Amino acid sequence: MSTRASGRTVGGLRTLSLQAPAVGLLLMWMLIPLVMTLWFSFQRYNLLMPSVSGFAGVDNYYYLLTDPSLWTAMGNTLLLVGWVLVATVVGGTLLAVLLQQEFFGRGVARLFVIAPFFIMPTVSALVWKNMMMHPVNGIFAWIASLFGLPAIDWFASLPLTSVIIIVTWQWLPFAVLILLTAIQSLDDDQVEAARMDGAGPLAIFFYITLPHLKRAISVVVMIEMIFLLTIFAEIFVTTSGGPGLATTNLAYLIYIRALLDFDVGGASAGGVIAIILANIVAFFLVRTVAKNLEN
Amino acid sequence: MSTLTLKNIVKEFTSGSGASASTTQVIKGVDLEVKDQEFVVFVGPSGCGKSTLMRMIAGLENATSGDILIDGQRINDVGPAERGLAMVFQSYALYPHMTVGENMGFSLKLAGVSKEERAKKVNAAADVLQLGPLLDRKPKALSGGQRQRVAIGRAIVRNPSIFLFDEPLSNLDAALRVQMRIELARLHAELKATMIYVTHDQIEAMTMADKIVVLQGGVVEQIGSPMELYHHPRNRFVAGFIGSPKMNFLDVTVTDVQAEGVTVRLPDDSESLVRVAGQPEAGSAVSVGDRLTMGVRPEHLILDDSGPLGGQVQVIERLGGVTSLYLASPDGSGDGKIGGLKADDQADSGWILIADGDVASRVGDNIRYTFDSARAHLFTSDGLALPSLDRHPLTGLTRQDNSLSSVSAAQATDV
Ligand SMILES: Nc1ncnc2c1ncn2[C@@H]1O[C@H](COP(=O)(O)OP(=O)(O)OP(=O)(O)O)[C@@H](O)[C@H]1O
Ligand SMILES: [Mg+2]
Repeated sequence: MSTRASGRTVGGLRTLSLQAPAVGLLLMWMLIPLVMTLWFSFQRYNLLMPSVSGFAGVDNYYYLLTDPSLWTAMGNTLLLVGWVLVATVVGGTLLAVLLQQEFFGRGVARLFVIAPFFIMPTVSALVWKNMMMHPVNGIFAWIASLFGLPAIDWFASLPLTSVIIIVTWQWLPFAVLILLTAIQSLDDDQVEAARMDGAGPLAIFFYITLPHLKRAISVVVMIEMIFLLTIFAEIFVTTSGGPGLATTNLAYLIYIRALLDFDVGGASAGGVIAIILANIVAFFLVRTVAKNLEN
Repeated sequence: MSTLTLKNIVKEFTSGSGASASTTQVIKGVDLEVKDQEFVVFVGPSGCGKSTLMRMIAGLENATSGDILIDGQRINDVGPAERGLAMVFQSYALYPHMTVGENMGFSLKLAGVSKEERAKKVNAAADVLQLGPLLDRKPKALSGGQRQRVAIGRAIVRNPSIFLFDEPLSNLDAALRVQMRIELARLHAELKATMIYVTHDQIEAMTMADKIVVLQGGVVEQIGSPMELYHHPRNRFVAGFIGSPKMNFLDVTVTDVQAEGVTVRLPDDSESLVRVAGQPEAGSAVSVGDRLTMGVRPEHLILDDSGPLGGQVQVIERLGGVTSLYLASPDGSGDGKIGGLKADDQADSGWILIADGDVASRVGDNIRYTFDSARAHLFTSDGLALPSLDRHPLTGLTRQDNSLSSVSAAQATDV
């Protein structure tokens, strides 16, 4: 039992019993699905073949890891996360700098930039699919026709790029929101001192603004990463993971296994691999971000 | 060689936009001449436009009209970096993610100076300011005084022709302030640069300046050496602003005007001759019966049991060496008000008397005192001072006359 500076004791039986319900609930919340996933991943468990059951050993993992679609899905996941991160951070920084300037209608412009964040992923994906990127009805096709160019069938010829564009559009506002708040805390005096030191707009951006935004950018990367690893709705609504496996990421692969192939065992094995992958990424990421936040 | 000239500088800020836009004139036509290597101090109440004026000189703010000249060249349209000035901000404005060395070398880096050259200049500046051991630290890991020195170092590295300081010492504690004040004076002698300095601190203004510019409401009230402002204020505002505690004021009536001065009647009906010019040829004619305001500094009042002025002691501040007595005003109008502590500086506030440390008076005592009529000032109803007939012997002093170090520094450079 330890004693606080205030003299009150902490820990001990009484506090433990008070914490128990919350801790127990959280453990149940996390552990039961995890243990069930692990358990299923070692079972022969296909909903279409209820007669085949029993312990499967590492068969589920063996089939999964030797299945080229897993590697395709992993590659797609990394590409999706990577490009969306790059696009939102770069675009978000530039937009934040732009929206920080004084200009007529700034308030309205800020509102419009933030707006996509409030739209449901399914809705925005549908809007992009049917109104923007549709090869016949889409706005992009219309713009292309203005220049006499052939319309691009986005989801057929550039499927992953299309999904990246949609997800970027959805997450850009988040980046702008965080970075704009951060930019507003930049000391005017510092910028003026830099101006006196002979810094032009570009030098001020690279030497003053960007270092000031470093922390905020780390936060954006960390939070977006968590959500982008599990992107599902946008893919489901637009391409259903296709054509072929071109837009299938890990989350979507697990969905295919579990609910299209009805192979619960194989899907669970995929889930475990996704957890491991997420942890590896998170480990490196959290370390770099934490280091960033420290200084 | 660098002089600065301001010609009829006006600054207007526009707030709001479109039809609802309103303009406020913050600087209302300022003329100023700063000579080479001069140390000029801007003083004035808060919001009078000191920072704005300085920012216009620095080029961070555009002048609405008027000319800014450096060495005779009009530089209104020259960018802040090309003016060859350096500014030290009140908040220091160090770049938090750069080390002390990088902070100081930033301007050189932008100018494309090579790394070795940069290191040399940064080290030279660091030596002057004793920052050598701190060059690899980040600003966060420095004390207030050290940050202040880095900010000054950043200015020195640029080798500017004119330094601008906006209240650089106001964030420091009293002891450090004294130290930095001396250090700045040393730097000025050493760098032989022109310096412009904004401060709220009377002591900084009086001790460091060659020339003090008193501003009020965007207008220059007076420009002159510290001793000139102290002994010969041009108007009542300057008289009240320069000097601490502030000057005491009293309404009096003129009873006689002669060549040797103006005689005024005091509240106790005694009369006193003040050595100021009141005759028409002096340009500021007063006549018998006029109401004037008399001003006497607290340190020029003398305790005297048969003196013409009197009042009840309300507060006593004993500092050991000197004692400040806060008195009811001699004309009885200031009862219950404590002189110098009241916000509005009208003549009806109480008086302050500075006596030596051994005064035995008690709060509530009625004391009588007199004043040195050669040190009294008379102000007309529009606030202008009647010109003194005798120049104070010290008004011609320059700052160099008060310091041995500048003499020795001058000798050092001769070697
Ligand atoms: N951007 C601006 N827009 C409108 N008014 C301004 C602006 N900047 C300053 N002012 C006004 O100009 C006046 C002078 O401001 P300034 O900062 O020069 O005062 P100051 O003499 O430096 O005061 P202090 O001693 O408190 O620093 C103030 O009344 C202030 O409100
Ligand atoms: Mg100011």
